Amino acid sequence: MSAAPQKAKAGAEKIEVIVSAVVPVNDLVTRFEFRRPDGAPFPPFSAGAHTVVEMKDQGRTRLNPYSLMSDPADPSLYAISVRRDDQGRGGSLFLHRQVKPGDRMTITYPVNLFPVDLRGRKHVFLAGGIGITPFLAMIAQLEKLGARWELHYSVRNAALGSYAGDLTARHPGKVRVYHDDQQQAIPLGDLLDGQPLGTHVYVCGPKGMIDWVHRTATEHGWPKDNVHSEEFLAPQPGTPFEVRLCKSDMTILVGENESLLEAMERCGVDAPFLCRGGACGQCETDVVDHDGSFIHRDHWLEDDQRASGKKIMPCVSRFVGPTLVLDR
Amino acid sequence: MTIQFNDETFRGDYSFRNSPWAIKRFPFPFHEDSYMYSVNMEQHRGGPAGSVFEKRFDVDEHYVSEMRDRALVLAEDPLRCQSLPHMTLAGWDLLELIMVSKSEDYPDLFELHRDGDRWRWVNKPLGIDDTFTFMDETTLPYGPLEYITRQTQGDFAVLDQRDDNLWMDAGMVTTQADWSLDFDIGMNFFEWHAPVPLAHELGIFKRALKFLMNVQQGAPARRLNWTMTVNPLLDTSPENYHKWGIQKTELTAENIGAKQHLRVELQTFYRLPRSNALVFPIRCYLIAFQDLVTVPKWGRRLHRVIRDLPEELATYKGFIANRPLMIDYLSRHDDGLPTSPGVWADLETEPPLQK
Ligand code: HEM
Ligand code: FES
Repeated sequence: MSAAPQKAKAGAEKIEVIVSAVVPVNDLVTRFEFRRPDGAPFPPFSAGAHTVVEMKDQGRTRLNPYSLMSDPADPSLYAISVRRDDQGRGGSLFLHRQVKPGDRMTITYPVNLFPVDLRGRKHVFLAGGIGITPFLAMIAQLEKLGARWELHYSVRNAALGSYAGDLTARHPGKVRVYHDDQQQAIPLGDLLDGQPLGTHVYVCGPKGMIDWVHRTATEHGWPKDNVHSEEFLAPQPGTPFEVRLCKSDMTILVGENESLLEAMERCGVDAPFLCRGGACGQCETDVVDHDGSFIHRDHWLEDDQRASGKKIMPCVSRFVGPTLVLDR
Repeated sequence: MTIQFNDETFRGDYSFRNSPWAIKRFPFPFHEDSYMYSVNMEQHRGGPAGSVFEKRFDVDEHYVSEMRDRALVLAEDPLRCQSLPHMTLAGWDLLELIMVSKSEDYPDLFELHRDGDRWRWVNKPLGIDDTFTFMDETTLPYGPLEYITRQTQGDFAVLDQRDDNLWMDAGMVTTQADWSLDFDIGMNFFEWHAPVPLAHELGIFKRALKFLMNVQQGAPARRLNWTMTVNPLLDTSPENYHKWGIQKTELTAENIGAKQHLRVELQTFYRLPRSNALVFPIRCYLIAFQDLVTVPKWGRRLHRVIRDLPEELATYKGFIANRPLMIDYLSRHDDGLPTSPGVWADLETEPPLQK
């Protein structure tokens, strides 16, 4: 242990917001704008960042990440655009059907897993459908910095091209829109070949499109580090599970939105910890017995330790199954 | 409380002193009687009232004099502050983080008035009252990184995060424990840590890097590091080794209590919002052995730690030659009694020295 370990909750800090506007963009996409109830400015963010929106939907909590599309220079609001996914797990349906202006919601501080490489001499954005959202923030940011960029935006048809009209009107020379229904496609090979040295490419869209861009860029001799794609690590609330703690002689339930460590602390067990982020090793705990599978999310255990089923790091890792007995 | 700022030097006549207040709140880095490298990171969201962990950027009695020392170093060697072109935005991020934190945490010392991009910054201890345009470098006397770190204790490494690594692409480094920004600039996490013994083999850097890349906005982290310095020198840089290295040979049994200092770094980690860079403030605290042993627990423990420290670490930290002198001095402050767990002084509960 070191100085004064803090029992602060792991993960990103939360922000309470009020839904200030719900704006239909087209048949499938709706924009949600948030303000802070006390009118305070939002934390600044970097283009490419997402926020995780907490939704209380019939007794369970959904946590869905959405790219922040508003101008990073405007701290008065955050905005996201959400495509209705009729087949999906329900987060987008909840937002489309239940959320109204004036509602209070909780979102996380921005997290950026898709940052702009500011060393880039030029930035080429490749968007597919709703994948346009992070680029709206990037464009706003790069315009302020006076950096070179261009956008190639592939949409199903003109009616579903969210923000396509706005973008072409505002940046005529820099935006090209391609319509699937008119058999238009991004001329990727030529595009990649024609770029000056030091260009960075960013892709956000369906998985097939992302793979296509990475593959083609490699074939055309692009350095791996100059091609960026959004990797959404969907946040992991996880199913509740029961744990037997031998030494403390109690059985506790780990809720869907708390970590195993937090559940132990809630029940008065004095469990060791330091980083609360899976790196320091302090919380390492012996598994006495288990029936089920571990979801290891730490950076601490070695592969063979994980395979042995004898160790778990309660600050970040979870378990699925009927029986877990810990030496704690 | 209001802070009385010392008028003191970290060179020449070395008039640096710690008040009883500063001694009591010194960040003693050892939580047990031995020491080895570890992934000793924890969240940085406050700490006990009055401790150096309480505020985001601790300001203490040495503030004004430390800033004067930094100005002297920069006048001789401007390369102590560098920022690669893509790091300017991170510089503004840092300026904002510090101005907002200090004005909130020390409203009697610092004020920030924001009207859109028009900002007024008042730094009372240093007598500064500047109005400038946020994100417009031409309205400040220095770049944003240099401007704000000339007014903030501690060194600053600003790391760009890309390609699954951290890159030292900017910094202000004038109070360092024998490493050089000019040498490390542009290096990645593994490259600049290459000289450190044992820690690579223990897998410490691999895990630490993963943790750091995951540090999120609004959720800073911290750790402590330590070394030894003869005379209260802030600038123990490789650039000036010819000036301070020789002072290590001037240690004697008579002067060690006053001259030998434990040097502790409070290192914090913040995600910067606009640039997505990581800033690594390294705040240096010095304490003379003779002051440190006024806390009985710390005297006992420091003796045991230094006596049993692996040779590789004593060599890397640069005090292997003086270790016998240190052990001799410290052993007189260790009566062999057990020590309480944790870093705190525990003055009320730990017995006085029994010899
Ligand atoms: C991104 C933030 C960090 C920066 C910029 C940084 C920088 C440095 C530098 C410049 C050195 C001196 C190397 C030399 O001899 O030239 C050093 C030493 C060291 N660093 Fe880091 N470091 C960082 C984070 C960490 C973390 C998170 C750990 C975690 C455990 C760590 C562990 C160490 C250790 C053990 C040493 C040797 C120190 C000694 O024995 O005095 N560093 N670091
Ligand atoms: S508390 Fe650090 S690994 Fe769990």
